[in-house]
Amino acid sequence: MSNTASHSAPAAGVTGLVDDWAADKQAYHVPWGKAMMWIFLVSDTFIFTCFLTGYLNVRMTTTQPWPVQSEIFALSFGGAPIPLILIAIMTMVLITSSGTMALAVNYGYRRDKMKTFWLLFATAVLGATFVGMQAFEWTKLIVDEQVRPWGNPFGAPQFGSVFFMVTGFHGLHVSAGVIYLMWVAVRVIRGRYEKRGYEIVEIAGLYWHFVDLVWVFIFAFFYLL
Amino acid sequence: MTSESGQQHPLGVYYQVWILLFVVSFFSYMVDYLDIQGFWRWTLVMFFMVVKAGFIVAIFMHAAWERMALVFTILGPPAVLLLLIAFMAVEGDYTEESRFTYNGHDRDAVALTPADLHGDGAAH
Repeated sequence: MSNTASHSAPAAGVTGLVDDWAADKQAYHVPWGKAMMWIFLVSDTFIFTCFLTGYLNVRMTTTQPWPVQSEIFALSFGGAPIPLILIAIMTMVLITSSGTMALAVNYGYRRDKMKTFWLLFATAVLGATFVGMQAFEWTKLIVDEQVRPWGNPFGAPQFGSVFFMVTGFHGLHVSAGVIYLMWVAVRVIRGRYEKRGYEIVEIAGLYWHFVDLVWVFIFAFFYLL
Repeated sequence: MTSESGQQHPLGVYYQVWILLFVVSFFSYMVDYLDIQGFWRWTLVMFFMVVKAGFIVAIFMHAAWERMALVFTILGPPAVLLLLIAFMAVEGDYTEESRFTYNGHDRDAVALTPADLHGDGAAH
């Protein structure tokens, strides 16, 4: 792969940092697909941070009271409404899928084709479950609570705009991730990576963990604070 | 070549982080469920958020084992976003204050809840 004369392992730490950048050669000692996925995720970080910073700004500047998320996202199972319960379940579903994804990457490198496939499949199913619950949440807010991107009956109209924009963009990422994982899973079961190696599973995993990571911030800033 | 082989680690570390993520998520949900408000709500929610994000990036995304050149590429550019957040927070404060002061908006307005609108479970 690299044309470097040295056959020994590259130096670590600060010396390694200087070495990696100081010569006219490959800077990232990872497969190119993985480096590109990371760079894509950095750019996606900027998009989501801009959304959340926009949310911070409209929420601070609006003089109308911000709707109480805890009560709006409460759900009743026959008895008294439990605050934020649907969002808590969605969070748990996404974390479960992150765990199965991490295991899929691990079993991929162990060249355990069947386990990798089933773990990827489970991750995709959990992702689809998340999107389904989100569709339910949107329906409830639009139909029952009359929340719109331009207004709602509870308080600041910005609540609706931020909600639909941020959770919508995240849901789009999850949906794309489900398709991506299904695609990788099919290629795993067909044995495509037996010779090429299982880096693709790790790269897909990076994307999936990033989607979970974004949800950590949305859960904290939009639903809890 | 170590650099071309993938990230391979014992399964145990993944299980530990997985359990930790569940526990920490449960704690952050408890902050809302127990209706903790004010300073401790912010402190606890932010703390749990940072712990979760840190473990996902470090262990699940393997950033802890990546070479420093890649780690700085990932974490360096987003660091400038902290400056954007700080600026917007400062801006937000005085924008809201001037709206109260010069536009005469109601400082004591209270948000309505679904119970107020649908009448379920509310006293009135």
